[in-house]
Amino acid sequence: MPEVFIAGDHVITSLGFGTSSNLECLYNEVTGIRMVPDGTLLPSPVSASLVDPTVLEEEFLDAMRSFGKDVDPGSFTHLEKLFIVSIFRATCDYPALISDQETLLVLSTTKGNIDLLEPGKRDRFPSDRIFLWQLAKVIQDYFGFIHPPLIISNACISGLVAILTAARYMQAGWFRHAVVSGGDILSEFVVSGFHSFQSLSQKPCRPFDTGRDGLSLGEGAATMVLSTSPLSFPGEISITGSATTNDANHISGPSRTGYELSLAMSRALSEAGLSPGEIGFINAHGTATPFNDEMESKALALAQLLGVPVNSFKGYFGHTLGAAGVVESVLSVHSLLRDRLIRSGGFAALGVPEPISVIDRAESRALRNCLKTASGFGGCNAAIVFQKHGL
Amino acid sequence: MKLVIVSYAGITPYGIRINEQSRLPEEKFSTFAPFIKSLYKEEGINYPKFYKMDSLSKLGFLSAEVMMKVVNPALADPEKTGVVLSNAASSLDTDHAHQETIRNRSEYFPSPSVFVYTLPNIMIGEICIRHHLKGENAFLISRNFDSHLLYRYVTGLFQSRRVEACITGWVDLLKDQFRSLLMMVVPAEKAVIAEGRGSWFPFSTKTMDTLFNQT
Repeated sequence: MPEVFIAGDHVITSLGFGTSSNLECLYNEVTGIRMVPDGTLLPSPVSASLVDPTVLEEEFLDAMRSFGKDVDPGSFTHLEKLFIVSIFRATCDYPALISDQETLLVLSTTKGNIDLLEPGKRDRFPSDRIFLWQLAKVIQDYFGFIHPPLIISNACISGLVAILTAARYMQAGWFRHAVVSGGDILSEFVVSGFHSFQSLSQKPCRPFDTGRDGLSLGEGAATMVLSTSPLSFPGEISITGSATTNDANHISGPSRTGYELSLAMSRALSEAGLSPGEIGFINAHGTATPFNDEMESKALALAQLLGVPVNSFKGYFGHTLGAAGVVESVLSVHSLLRDRLIRSGGFAALGVPEPISVIDRAESRALRNCLKTASGFGGCNAAIVFQKHGL
Repeated sequence: MKLVIVSYAGITPYGIRINEQSRLPEEKFSTFAPFIKSLYKEEGINYPKFYKMDSLSKLGFLSAEVMMKVVNPALADPEKTGVVLSNAASSLDTDHAHQETIRNRSEYFPSPSVFVYTLPNIMIGEICIRHHLKGENAFLISRNFDSHLLYRYVTGLFQSRRVEACITGWVDLLKDQFRSLLMMVVPAEKAVIAEGRGSWFPFSTKTMDTLFNQT
């Protein structure tokens, strides 16, 4: 079975454009979550993590020029610009890969161009732009990918499903390369919905902490380039295990026991040939809602992972929804590459039922692998193992 | 590994099709809500949560319900049964409903019971809850019913031994336009052992296209 390597990546969040700038903020424990008082996201002020729109415009124009494109920037939506900038930057070292017959584009998003439902934006774009398949076609056509993109929309595990699907298709020998990109924007649509659930915190969220009182929402995009040819790339990390499961319990509340997330984690580890004690660290979903974090701690206990260092990045840039799986995987992989654990943002004192080992300060240690998990509405769970090559 | 479709069900405005049998609704309806309610009653289903679902989930749930009725429960371990669904409109039908609730600031009433359905995979959750399925999940978007997309995803799950059975298909709804086709896929050898007979549709793009066009 061919091995699937990570060959390139790029992350955009409120913390900045590019993987390194985001990573530096995480090591310096900087959060991009701010109060948004102006009423654009909700009638009342709301705490959220937003990408700087001015920088996005500049980055988009620069990406467009560098790619040799002459198009009207106004003909692309906010989300399409995020996707395009991220994909361009992640693939710019391998321009031939995009038009390769053996490259698959996988996109993940929960809501796509949902802001186009707003009365003020509706008429600025063709009406079919609200469909996810049309968003995907715009991105495919912009770059000239040969195959129609595979589009995943599976709530908050979308990004992980996109990565694991690409990896499995490559392991099956169907493609040699894949460009996996996840993105979601913050709009009144999404913020009002989570607000109605009373699940938003007024401050930057605090995953696994005793004082956690809800999640922070964020927007962003991230891209991971995968390839089965390590020789042509500086391939150091590969994807060695993956699984998804369903709680079969409730559509908006997590499992009471955490059993199904633990099942996903155990299946991914077993595919990777690893025992729980061999895991370097776990980048959890960690939304900072009381029930989610409680469930995750139970799942970690069931999977015998209580002693493994665990963190959540959502205290730094919020829950980026359909982008989250890709954003957080890219940053976890770089933490692994640097042999340096990232402090779990917003955490001070353990507030979940099981004694999980939350990372409370950045620390250098030799790392061989990591486990990335996510859970979402609809009762879905996903887990992926990233492993250093040859270890 | 040879895979077969042991059961399938499809719902369109013209009626319901379960394996080789098609039934017309007893009454004619021009909109989805009374149509699906009448179908629910005709099928004799008793599942009060059905009434709380949005239209897309009702369509997916009911398609799964009638299909699973004729599936031998011994066929597969529910923890190793996957659900891989697809459509074109995602949850856009309910997205419009949620957008209505935030249209103006003087009548601002977003509701969690509407908002939760603004994700297409909630329908997968509803089907999993009903049938206790805990295996692999994926919701894929394509402009049209894409048998190649489903074939590849599902055969990949079986070949890598991630599932022992898988529900797959198409459930699409926007306003009063709707169509579904769900199929229960298992390895042929399993189907023979569980049901003791040996004539099923092979799981192939050709079969899926035929079933989609006849439902």
